[in-house]
Amino acid sequence: MSNTPNTSQSPAVEKEGPITRLLRATEIDARILGMAAALLVIWAGFDIYSRLFSTIGFDSDGLIFGGSFITPRNLWNLLNQTASIAIMSTGMLLLIVMRQLDLSIGSMLSTVAVAIGTLQVFRLAPALGEGNRAIWIIAVFGALALGSFMGWFNGVLVAYARIPAFIVTLGGLIAYGGLAWAIIRGETVAPMDSTFELLGGNVPQYSLGVFWSWVVAVVAISGIVYSIWNSRRQRQRFNFPLRPMWAEWFLGAAGSVMVGLLTWVVTIYPWAPNVIKQWATDHHITVPAGIEDKDGNAICMAGEQMVRCVHGYIVYTGYSIPFMIAVGVGLAMSFVATRTSFGRHIYATGGNPEAAELSGINTKKLTVKVFILMGFLVGIGSIITSARLNAATNSLGQSNELYVIAAVVIGGTSLSGGIGTVSGAMLGALLMQSLQSGMTLLNFESAFRDMVVGAVLVAAVFVDQLYRRSVK
Amino acid sequence: MAKRTAKKTALKVVKKTPAKKASAPKASVAVARGTPLVEMKDISIAFGGIKAVDHASIDLYPGEVVGLLGHNGAGKSTLIKILSGAYKRDVGQIFVDGKEISITNPRDAKANGIETIYQTLALADNVDAAGNLYLGRELKTRLGTLDDVAMEDATRKVMFKLNPNFRRFKEPVSKLSGGQRQSVAIARAIHFNARILIMDEPTAALGPQETAQVGELIKQLKAEGIGIFLISHDLHDVFDLADRLVVMKNGKVVGTAYTKDVTHDEVLGMIIAGKCPKGAIPGPGALRDAA
Repeated sequence: MSNTPNTSQSPAVEKEGPITRLLRATEIDARILGMAAALLVIWAGFDIYSRLFSTIGFDSDGLIFGGSFITPRNLWNLLNQTASIAIMSTGMLLLIVMRQLDLSIGSMLSTVAVAIGTLQVFRLAPALGEGNRAIWIIAVFGALALGSFMGWFNGVLVAYARIPAFIVTLGGLIAYGGLAWAIIRGETVAPMDSTFELLGGNVPQYSLGVFWSWVVAVVAISGIVYSIWNSRRQRQRFNFPLRPMWAEWFLGAAGSVMVGLLTWVVTIYPWAPNVIKQWATDHHITVPAGIEDKDGNAICMAGEQMVRCVHGYIVYTGYSIPFMIAVGVGLAMSFVATRTSFGRHIYATGGNPEAAELSGINTKKLTVKVFILMGFLVGIGSIITSARLNAATNSLGQSNELYVIAAVVIGGTSLSGGIGTVSGAMLGALLMQSLQSGMTLLNFESAFRDMVVGAVLVAAVFVDQLYRRSVK
Repeated sequence: MAKRTAKKTALKVVKKTPAKKASAPKASVAVARGTPLVEMKDISIAFGGIKAVDHASIDLYPGEVVGLLGHNGAGKSTLIKILSGAYKRDVGQIFVDGKEISITNPRDAKANGIETIYQTLALADNVDAAGNLYLGRELKTRLGTLDDVAMEDATRKVMFKLNPNFRRFKEPVSKLSGGQRQSVAIARAIHFNARILIMDEPTAALGPQETAQVGELIKQLKAEGIGIFLISHDLHDVFDLADRLVVMKNGKVVGTAYTKDVTHDEVLGMIIAGKCPKGAIPGPGALRDAA
């Protein structure tokens, strides 16, 4: 940079628009920024639409436009519902980057879920006694092991038997679906172990709560600041070109503000009044006295009775367990993809399989490893999904493979391999889930929902193509 | 698994070797010059019944440049890919410093100090220069993570030697020009203290100035005692740079000659007709009634 003569540099800088300059200085991927913008547009659109047209009564706690979409409750649910797909999308991302594909993950998820469901309910609970702390641990490890094993099986068929991944996993989609049915004979296993159920996040008492959510926020912000500082220090040490100082500040500030906003939103979502009531009774908490006819999210004592009121005893939810798992998986997978030689090899293999092989990378072994990783993440997905519903059926993961692939593709991943990011895939999952749950919230017909989601998938890829062509 | 199969093939070869005639004169050359750096003996490989390489033997001494010549499909690239581990030979032996080694994949070749610059360059297009340079042998920090900064630093140093104007370290190599991509491929081959370098059409994508640079580089590497196999279509290149040349035709070695002992026309005759001139040592692929 310093070698460019000043005379030729200054006019070029003047011509650059502020957004181009921001993107270049901060090295933010324009694609991620575009997706974030699309997400905000969708959220705002649903919120305004619900405010204007919804016939059913809407939440009065809309944060911006007063609609029913941008409310603490809906956003909290959105994050919770996205977790499973988002987690699996990170594995699918690596597969697609490597020019592979796994169509069997939906059926795998069902199989794993019914397997650990029956294990908990029909084997462990009678043997160890219901509510035994060992049950959920065995179930979790069982899910992860079974998922990894199924992934390994897929991977070996692809890498060593040289059957195309499309065929292997299409077969898996059908066969594992049959396997799931065979395990459970079309029945529903419920309820899950009471501790296991907490992993689904639908028991608000076991979310992080206000204090720990802010602890998480502080840790996250410190992490952001540290990583910016560390990368600058590293580049200084070797005298590499640095980002301008204002760009570093901008990145740090933007990251911190986003973490802060999100934490604020989830910490103002209160437990449902009946949940608070139950909690207060169970834990012998004194509930303040109040006036009977005020309807709110808190609870008060009206004489001998607990009632809903506006000011009283109120508990806020904070980050849910599935969301925290998803964040953890996202960070870990981002780390794997960008900071390890394993990830580097995956990207290189996707970019040029022959070159990777000639560089001494054992691409077959690598393929199997990535399929195992995918299976492991399906294990996590099946834990969260079955725990959230507190039940397991053989149709639990139906169509999940398609949603996951759609999320990855919307996230800017190239199907021809080599290009894609973990954060993009997870944002894609959030975008898809936003569309789905937004339209559910507005009472759109499910047929119409499917049409919209399908159209958005195709349109997203089209826009991505246009962007790529314009960059070239 | 792979190692076991390699041993088996090696055993099979031992039985066949005595039947070979052409190895006798070459062996005498070898004695006169000490142990060759690389010796490929009696290598054959067939693809679906077509013998791409048919009992070919070549050798290379330290500080020597051996040019491999031949038509498209003569088997020179295939022969060299066996040495670099891209293909597994059906029969034959490979010796490095007189010791037989087993090469069944590119990792084995690299472990024996054999580096290759492929005609296709074999770069991962979506990865930057440093990523390509260290692909498969990344530098790691104490925590086991990629040490991108150190890799970029080393890449900057090595690229500065090859191509001082190169600045685009952050971009995927797909965005680079042909010459820049070539320098990345060359940098990758020479950066890891290779003892044996295989260059498959190293100047095919280059302009005259860059070609001259590659020529300089080859001379420099030669002076460091590195042995180089140079595959080229360009006779002038080979005559300029190579000490010795080997001509192949239909998978067989036509003959071997010191570049100073033969003329352009004679070499053309070897390539086209398989005629072995007086200055060359004929191989199994030479026309029998030529002399």
